[in-house]
Amino acid sequence: MSTSVADPQIGSRAGRAVETFAYDNAIVRQFAVATLAWGVIAFLVGLVVALKLVFPDFLGGFGPLSYGRLRPLHTNAAIFAFAGNAIFVGVYYSLQRLCKARMFSDRLSAVHFWGWQFVIVLAALTLPLGFTTSKEYAELEWPIDILITLVWLTFGANLLGTIARRRERHLYVAIWFYLATFITVAVLHVVNSLELPVSLLKSYSMYAGVQDALVQWWYGHNAVAFFLTTPFLGIMYYFIPKAANRPVFSYRLSIVHFWSLIFLYIWAGPHHLLYTALPNWAQSLGTVFSIMLIAPSWGGMVNGLLTLRGAWDRVREDPVLKFMVVGVTAYGMATFEGPMLSIKSVNALTHYTDYIIAHVHLGALAWNGGLTFAMLYYIVPRVYGTTLHSRRLADVHFWLATLGILLYAIPLYVGGIMQSLMWREFAADGTLRYANFLETVVRIVPMYALRAVGGTLFMVGALVCIYNFYRTARQGAFVADEVVSAPPMAPLSVHTGAGGWHRALESRPAQFAFFTFVAVLIGGVVEFLPTALVRANVPTIASVKPYTPLEIEGRDLYIREGCVGCHSQMVRPIRAETERYGDYSKAGEFVYDHPFLWGSKRTGPDLHRVGSKYPDSWHYLHMRQPSATSPGSIMPGYPWLYEQQLDTSHVEGKVITLRRLGVPYPLAYEKPMLRELGLPVMSAARLDLDNQAARIAAGLLQAGMKVEPDREIVALIAYLQRLGTDIKTSPAAVHTIPAAVPAGGRGAR
Amino acid sequence: MRVIFLLIAAGGMVAAGFLAAFAWAVRSGQFDDTATPPLRILFDDAPPSSSIPAKGPVHVHFRR
Repeated sequence: MSTSVADPQIGSRAGRAVETFAYDNAIVRQFAVATLAWGVIAFLVGLVVALKLVFPDFLGGFGPLSYGRLRPLHTNAAIFAFAGNAIFVGVYYSLQRLCKARMFSDRLSAVHFWGWQFVIVLAALTLPLGFTTSKEYAELEWPIDILITLVWLTFGANLLGTIARRRERHLYVAIWFYLATFITVAVLHVVNSLELPVSLLKSYSMYAGVQDALVQWWYGHNAVAFFLTTPFLGIMYYFIPKAANRPVFSYRLSIVHFWSLIFLYIWAGPHHLLYTALPNWAQSLGTVFSIMLIAPSWGGMVNGLLTLRGAWDRVREDPVLKFMVVGVTAYGMATFEGPMLSIKSVNALTHYTDYIIAHVHLGALAWNGGLTFAMLYYIVPRVYGTTLHSRRLADVHFWLATLGILLYAIPLYVGGIMQSLMWREFAADGTLRYANFLETVVRIVPMYALRAVGGTLFMVGALVCIYNFYRTARQGAFVADEVVSAPPMAPLSVHTGAGGWHRALESRPAQFAFFTFVAVLIGGVVEFLPTALVRANVPTIASVKPYTPLEIEGRDLYIREGCVGCHSQMVRPIRAETERYGDYSKAGEFVYDHPFLWGSKRTGPDLHRVGSKYPDSWHYLHMRQPSATSPGSIMPGYPWLYEQQLDTSHVEGKVITLRRLGVPYPLAYEKPMLRELGLPVMSAARLDLDNQAARIAAGLLQAGMKVEPDREIVALIAYLQRLGTDIKTSPAAVHTIPAAVPAGGRGAR
Repeated sequence: MRVIFLLIAAGGMVAAGFLAAFAWAVRSGQFDDTATPPLRILFDDAPPSSSIPAKGPVHVHFRR
């Protein structure tokens, strides 16, 4: 694309010929259109699931549109389709200009764009159909995981290639953030997605129980860090100075904040697992790093906001700066909340509640959404060589979005705290004040309704924005190739080579202090390695046995229907929880759980001790129409489980796969047994499955419910009745509070 | 908890990569000058046919 022309003036001054080349705006526009289109879909699906919590029968009775299957579609669309495409808009636009170079390869750009959209389409198809790993924000099955890896590497090659061919030697701080994003997301995705396939669209996580939880939240938290934070900080560092026409407040602060942020974030994952069966030392480690994170996070926020010093009059007028200010302020609030929520006592109150949902939406709608819209308001008029169609409409969008965010978050903050306080309230006689979980649900349904209104406002704002962009595009002329000229990259200046790198470091106290800090922390890691070596961290429990084949199938239905989206399986050692659910959950109980299903939200009650709590007939009635057994319940019915035959074609394959992962099924359990007298040839595993299903169906028949033993509901009941029962010594033990758990729930382990 | 080894190895690899990047950045003089880079990005490349009118004046505050 580049041709050399000898510019007599500049060329002679620099001793180098000026090159003329063109920025690729077409790829920027492609990603921008995808961002807006997927954004609206993500908001719409979010609105649907929000409405389902108010009207459980809304779009009900049809599996692919059920809450459990749509929720992961909403989160994936918001993160990877909306925010993901927005990241690529920002990177492809700013990287070319910061490097003074066209993107490395137009072909790689195209492969990256279409590959990413293909992944999103596959997600939109497989998730509603129930193909999911159930690991949050990593739900996609293994073939799609591989495709994501390839597309991400394509993006990386294009990013690195462009940097290699840059004409500007200095890498602006935004590029550091983009690089950290590429490298870290690649590692996170690969490590967390290690799974063993059973079939084309079914796999089991390599890790089990506590291990799986730790890897998942190491991934989950750093997806927030390196997918929703670092690339957007890069976008902030480019677009705020450009829009305000001012240099960043402190370039030095941006460097210090970059290196400290990336270093601290990676250790903070365990704060998602406070009070769980994760060993205490790992929980404390996560808490400490999470609290430290406030420093670099606020360093970034302050740097962004103070860049606007003396330009606040422009904030009043410019939609780019308006959205930036709201976005960066929300970032500051969310990164203040984060460390606070990582303190154990605060976490005990807020975890599993809708407070967390409000927290993440403050980040997603205001920070990611705000920066995305700010960036688009900056880019769209420029690539069309015109001005924004209507500033008034942009103002309308801004106020709809801002009010929408407030109306979304505040009711959920209130509802989350309110419900949590109800969960832990005891009456004077020492029993739970709200013993029926449902009492705490119906109280916050009005909050769910207000949240849906907030989400609607935000979505309407986005539609106004799209209309504004459409009119802007109509009035301008798209510049696909923006022709510019720049001299080639200057050779390294001489003085940096002399004296060695440490000499250079010595004159920079901030960097030197940071370097020392890294060295100290590496020492810390080496120190705690021996601690990790102690195998006592996950004590095994002799009475915990692998799931039966029917329970495995039931568990896979639990995964398919996304039950984990509303029900946790982790009773924390807190008196209010052991009183409500039973004995607290122990690490050794999950050693055969591939994947773990601890969950992160309790829209409904915890299910870890639900096994043998109710008769089979209760589950049978409840799953068909929850309000029949639990009036006022906002759980939808699952009528299709009563009609569909259980697909048992992979029973043997599942046993083989799980055994490879370390689950001790008996030898030859999956091998066909030769049966005499013309009986069908089947494996012991299949025979066990059939027998258990027949027993459950017979029991239901006695209770007056006629069901074929080969229906899906039978397998699900088998699994639910097994949950948490392995360590129960007698049925009476279910409601006994362990003596080791004092009031307040501290130091139980 | 043996998975912690994998996480430490993966996290350590990332950290080592960043450490190397940091060392490279310092050695190659990326951070020698913290005054001009934030200013430089404000000036868009002049198109060969300088037809786009100049925008408002640039206000510059130095910060070290």
